[in-house]
Amino acid sequence: MQITRRSLFKIMGAAGGLSAIGSRAAAAENTSDDDYGCLADVGRCIGCRKCEMACSKVNALPPAQTSFEDMTVFDRNRRPDEAAFTVVNRYFSSRADERGQPVPAYIKVQCMHCLHPACASACITGALKKQENGAVTYNPSRCIGCRYCMIACPFQIPAYEFSDPLTPRVRKCTFCFENISKQGGLPGCAAICPVEALTFGTRSELLKIAHQRISEAPLEYVQKVYGEHEVGGTSWLYISKVPFEKLGLYPLPEKEIPHLTETIQHSIFAYMWAPITLFGILAGAMRFFNPQQMSGKPSQIQTEKEV
Amino acid sequence: MSEHARPAPIAAPFWTPGVLVLTALMGIAAIFIAARFAGGLAAVTNLKQSHPWGLWIGIDVATGVALAAGGFTTAALAHIFGRHHYEAVTRPALLTAMLGYTFVSVGLFVDIGRSWAIWKPLVFWQPNSVLFEVAMCVVIYLHVLYIEFIPAAAERFGEKIKILGTLNRVLDKVMWVFIIAGVVLSCMHQSGLGSLMLIAPTKVHPLWYTPILPLLFLLSAIAVGYPMVVFETAIATTSLNLEDEMQILNPLTRVTVFLLGLYMAVKITDMAVRGTYSYLFDGSVQSRAFLTEMIAGVIVPWVMLLFPGVRRSRRWLFISCAMIVLGVALNRINVFLVSYSPPHATQSYFPSIGEIAVTAGLISGIIFFYRVAVTFLPVLSARPREVKP
Repeated sequence: MQITRRSLFKIMGAAGGLSAIGSRAAAAENTSDDDYGCLADVGRCIGCRKCEMACSKVNALPPAQTSFEDMTVFDRNRRPDEAAFTVVNRYFSSRADERGQPVPAYIKVQCMHCLHPACASACITGALKKQENGAVTYNPSRCIGCRYCMIACPFQIPAYEFSDPLTPRVRKCTFCFENISKQGGLPGCAAICPVEALTFGTRSELLKIAHQRISEAPLEYVQKVYGEHEVGGTSWLYISKVPFEKLGLYPLPEKEIPHLTETIQHSIFAYMWAPITLFGILAGAMRFFNPQQMSGKPSQIQTEKEV
Repeated sequence: MSEHARPAPIAAPFWTPGVLVLTALMGIAAIFIAARFAGGLAAVTNLKQSHPWGLWIGIDVATGVALAAGGFTTAALAHIFGRHHYEAVTRPALLTAMLGYTFVSVGLFVDIGRSWAIWKPLVFWQPNSVLFEVAMCVVIYLHVLYIEFIPAAAERFGEKIKILGTLNRVLDKVMWVFIIAGVVLSCMHQSGLGSLMLIAPTKVHPLWYTPILPLLFLLSAIAVGYPMVVFETAIATTSLNLEDEMQILNPLTRVTVFLLGLYMAVKITDMAVRGTYSYLFDGSVQSRAFLTEMIAGVIVPWVMLLFPGVRRSRRWLFISCAMIVLGVALNRINVFLVSYSPPHATQSYFPSIGEIAVTAGLISGIIFFYRVAVTFLPVLSARPREVKP
């Protein structure tokens, strides 16, 4: 058997135990400008809910409680859940049409497929993973159901099958991973959108299109692409004529969410230096203060003699 | 050193009314646990998509780990720093830690969605995950605790069960490795628990969200170690009608004045540096929870312990230590539950009857098995109290 450089690193990595230093760099390598993304133009969306229907069908989700043609669902704000990977919400902005009626804005909500996903960083077993094509996918065969991904996600996306007693899954948008892995494949929602509110492509192309669209209509569009920098960038991008925070797209830090925890973890556990040093200091202390303990004669034996 | 008796089993009737109550609480918890495995978490808990972690994580796991810190703090004091005066409290503290971590594992087993897959982190490593580090440390530390407890079991049953006696003699030579490893592992995962919520900077309230949260968790765990020993020793000696061990407990609390003071100083400095005192009096649930945690759980008991009169009084010592214990418990509940405000939540979380019952049952389990262990194994050194005429 020939040990290649790569497999040698793998072996060393396993031997290094908790100190997988390389993995942070590896996680960053996974993302590039050729990753797929999706641009959602809130200004174009008409709230037809066709994307919800297509999503349900492509992902073989349980039948929805009400028809996808039922527009009364807009009366309340919805979140994606274990039975729906995407939902469209309606907001009324301060803008009014010619007759003075408030103009609704419709926004599709789903996993943003972060470039540095907090869920994947948090996941105890690596069940959640940022794929090379941009999708953040979930592998139920690794999941233990700790739900730390749900704590970590800044967009509050992963949902859980709380009613399943033994094999509950984390449920979230898959970016139709299998479809987009094929040549020319589209995610279900982008394929069906009748008004081209959703544009699928590489992230770098989409950013160009987005900036072009907002700069061509500077008086209409908010001059910002949501998701370009938020939490270190997301594969899904939004442009809008209504301020983003009014659509439930709240301001988020530009630093990737896992930055702090990964920095702490990898600085403390690099080569296990901190635990080993602490062990050494404590062993030194024991040798100085309580040498009998080290020679296998605990003080209690002495006590016995004294008593 | 000869002022203390050797640890010995307790000659007291086992089935007291208190033990019957514990058994009943464990029985009720068992029913709810059965319901959880029949109908899923939704059948028993108030967990929801916006609030995926609840009472079982906040108390059974996070608080359980923090309050089991007496195990490693007393081991460090007596075995590493050679303060043999405290030898008498190491075994009960070790027993509490062993049972505490055992029930942390039971709590996690019930809480995670796929309980049968609980072993998977041992195979699928994910070193970016704080939870992975915490889980690995807890798994290893649990084994270390059982190993550290072998001498106590061997003292009683080493003659009858040959393998236990042999194991004990072998371990004697290397026990120091396990003692130090126990302290190292504790420092790692006590702080690791504090890192857990750092993955949610936009959801955790700024009063608690600080990059030094792991340090605060470690300092508070170390600070609560001795008060927890005082707290449980006082309860145990009272309910078992044993002599109180004031001559040991009193000096322990002098150390606590320093350790708790350090935690308090770092926490208040952190608040000052980050300017989060602006949230202190905004009247929100979070501000009130933080003030309660800091005033009733840290500042007041710390001031109390400054007075030698408090440290010498059995009653006041117990009260101040109980306040510290509850303060750290509240801190863990605050960090994991109260501070957690997801942006799109429409409802807040409050634990269900089932969650409370299971938590009460698990705590009862710890006390019950503590009672079993001190009855049959040499754990407590206190002598029975003289019968007063």
